[in-house]
Amino acid sequence: MATQVLMPALSPTMEEGTLAKWLVKEGDVVKSGQILAEIETDKATMEFEAVDEGTVGKLLVAEGTAGVKVNTPIAVLVEEGESVSDAVPAAAPAPAAAPVESRAEARPSVVAVVAPAPVAAASGWPHTDLPEGPTKTMTVREALREAMAEEMRADPTVFLMGEEVGEYQGAYKISQGLLDEFGAKRVVDTPITEMGFAGIATGASWGGLKPIVEFMTFNFAMQAIDHILNSAAKTLYMSGGQMGSPMVFRGPNGAAARVGAQHSQDYAAWYAAIPGLRVCMPYSAADAKGLLKSAIRDPNPVIFLENEILYGRSFEVPTDPGFVVPFGKASILREGKDVTLVSFGIGVAHSLVAADELAKEGISAEVINLRTLRPIDYDTVLASVMKTNRCVTVEEGFPVGSIGDHIASTIMQKAFDYLDAPVITCTGKDVPMPYAANLEKFALITPAEVVAAVKSVCYR
Amino acid sequence: MAKKPDARPNVSKEDLLKFYREMLLIRRFEEKAGQLYGMGLIGGFCHLYIGQEAVVVGLEAATKEGDKRVTSYRDHGHMLACGMDPKGVMAELTGRIGGYSKGKGGSMHMFSKEKHFYGGHGIVGAQVPLGAGLAFADKYLGNDNVTFTYFGDGAANQGQVYETYNMAELWALPVIFVIENNGYAMGTSVKRSTKSTSLYGRGLAYGIPGEQVDGMDVLAVKAAGEKALAHCRAGKGPYILEMMTYRYRGHSMSDPAKYRTREEVEKIRSEKDCIENVRDLLTQSGLASDEELKAIDKEIKATVNEAAEFSKESPEPPLEELWTDIYA
Repeated sequence: MATQVLMPALSPTMEEGTLAKWLVKEGDVVKSGQILAEIETDKATMEFEAVDEGTVGKLLVAEGTAGVKVNTPIAVLVEEGESVSDAVPAAAPAPAAAPVESRAEARPSVVAVVAPAPVAAASGWPHTDLPEGPTKTMTVREALREAMAEEMRADPTVFLMGEEVGEYQGAYKISQGLLDEFGAKRVVDTPITEMGFAGIATGASWGGLKPIVEFMTFNFAMQAIDHILNSAAKTLYMSGGQMGSPMVFRGPNGAAARVGAQHSQDYAAWYAAIPGLRVCMPYSAADAKGLLKSAIRDPNPVIFLENEILYGRSFEVPTDPGFVVPFGKASILREGKDVTLVSFGIGVAHSLVAADELAKEGISAEVINLRTLRPIDYDTVLASVMKTNRCVTVEEGFPVGSIGDHIASTIMQKAFDYLDAPVITCTGKDVPMPYAANLEKFALITPAEVVAAVKSVCYR
Repeated sequence: MAKKPDARPNVSKEDLLKFYREMLLIRRFEEKAGQLYGMGLIGGFCHLYIGQEAVVVGLEAATKEGDKRVTSYRDHGHMLACGMDPKGVMAELTGRIGGYSKGKGGSMHMFSKEKHFYGGHGIVGAQVPLGAGLAFADKYLGNDNVTFTYFGDGAANQGQVYETYNMAELWALPVIFVIENNGYAMGTSVKRSTKSTSLYGRGLAYGIPGEQVDGMDVLAVKAAGEKALAHCRAGKGPYILEMMTYRYRGHSMSDPAKYRTREEVEKIRSEKDCIENVRDLLTQSGLASDEELKAIDKEIKATVNEAAEFSKESPEPPLEELWTDIYA
């Protein structure tokens, strides 16, 4: 029986990819395990193997085609005596993608074969937070890479250290190309030893360097958190101002897709609690680039919380090489008069989608992107709440001791008389992240929950 | 009865007197710190270095300007040995503005950028990767400085020590790991915490050479330090020195000392004391008279008293200091 070969999902967050090259042609007999094609994802170019034996009856997608969705039929394998037409018309639901052994990605965080639930994209709200001037479209991933490359060109003491940042070109492709440009002295591959290299980087920051430490995910930074807090964050104070730790700890934070409890946690509130640290959590590519440049230049230790799901999203970024985003300055991504949505990171994406929905029902939501969580731009939040008289906070992290709790408490203390309703804090659920697709979806904050919270504070 | 010291023809009188003076300064300083603690002028934790003086004095004698050092919370001796001002150290112990960290660090958290002293760390073993990181920076910057990374036999059981060994050797970092093996991790003796018979030997698994050294003998310590420094400066990567030493006092000021006998302490004190050894070398070989040594004793006592006075007179930090030095 003829078999359809489907576009595989090659990472937890892959939604589509480019069929870079066919390594077989129609009429070829293939064996199981034979490499059929090279497929380029936003993270890497990977080889795709045949699972079944057969003859290549037809290649359905030409090489070089970009934007091929996961699970799209890309070829048909036929058995002896069969014709291609036996298989092609089969418009029935496509079978599940054949499992593909992920070769390039060895650590559990990045090995998965199931396509994620995509994050709903908000309709194109004009960003009101970009300075005047020309922009170009780039992904968050490209923005992060460009920020590091520009700062490394400008300052020879800046270097990148972490697992797979060099020869592998980055577990999430953030550091792609940096080894070629800067060499192994400045793009340092480490063994899998988070506590050790976080400590070494902190020591190096005291010795006159400006390290950028990449954690493959912030879940692994738990192994290193003693150095982040006790060694990096506190030394300036403990030394009476003699020496601090000019460095950046960066990497993906929060849930990706279907990677379970140990790989899906948002640490925003944890790090934001620590004096001596700066904490950034970008949403857009412009945030990512501008904040990371500020972070690398900052003389303090900076926690830079990225999001794997946002890595591949595109945004407009100013082309001005001097563009930076200052710490402690929130942006208002959408102005509104009925309610203030306060968020950061991927929560901003959910807030913007919710604001779209609310607009259809006649509720005008103002969306604030905090961008940095230490310092927090209280002034922008309070001014907005004094205008709208209602507030909903949106974040992915756990509910207890959340950033939302802190914002709500601050509003209560500073703007109590302006509130027409209690502040509602939308967060992830108070459970370890489940693996099952339906449970995971239920555990995460969604735009629908934000919409419901807004209606509640608006008494609608 | 004091051990009869060997004749040491290659050591000058000046060197011996310098060692004597520096070790005595640490001992008298620590005794004074103990007194001030008893008087309530020093608070919190206070870990005295008495007994181990030869380790830091011997190693510092081998260093050059630019070399760095980082250690644990038993750090007063290291600071005095690298030339930090006893007044600033003592005033930090009393939590005064005249202290090296303006009173905000305390006994366990003191630094001197000027003297390349990078702490004073209260988390056992954390200073080990930090020291390797200082060495990483020196190698990156292309100078020939070496970092002395001190830790105890207790810290030697922390996992991050071995993460650091692995990277230090992999990247040939100019770092000397100095294990101050004083026999006890708080109250747990080495033989109750590991089956390893030597702690330096664990480095061999990572390709790091090392050796055990009589840490009560300042001359042996200096010689070992010179050897290790030559190894590092030649670009051969890290080296491990396991200093066999002993602390006469408790782990901290609140140590009930139930884990060892008074006789054990007394025996080492009478047979191995690092200061008595040098005193004997000086007097028995006729290099120095009792009067000369007494003059030094007096001078050290005056220095320590001056430090103690300063640490009492220096005011507490003004309340505004609570809010400074959090961000650069």
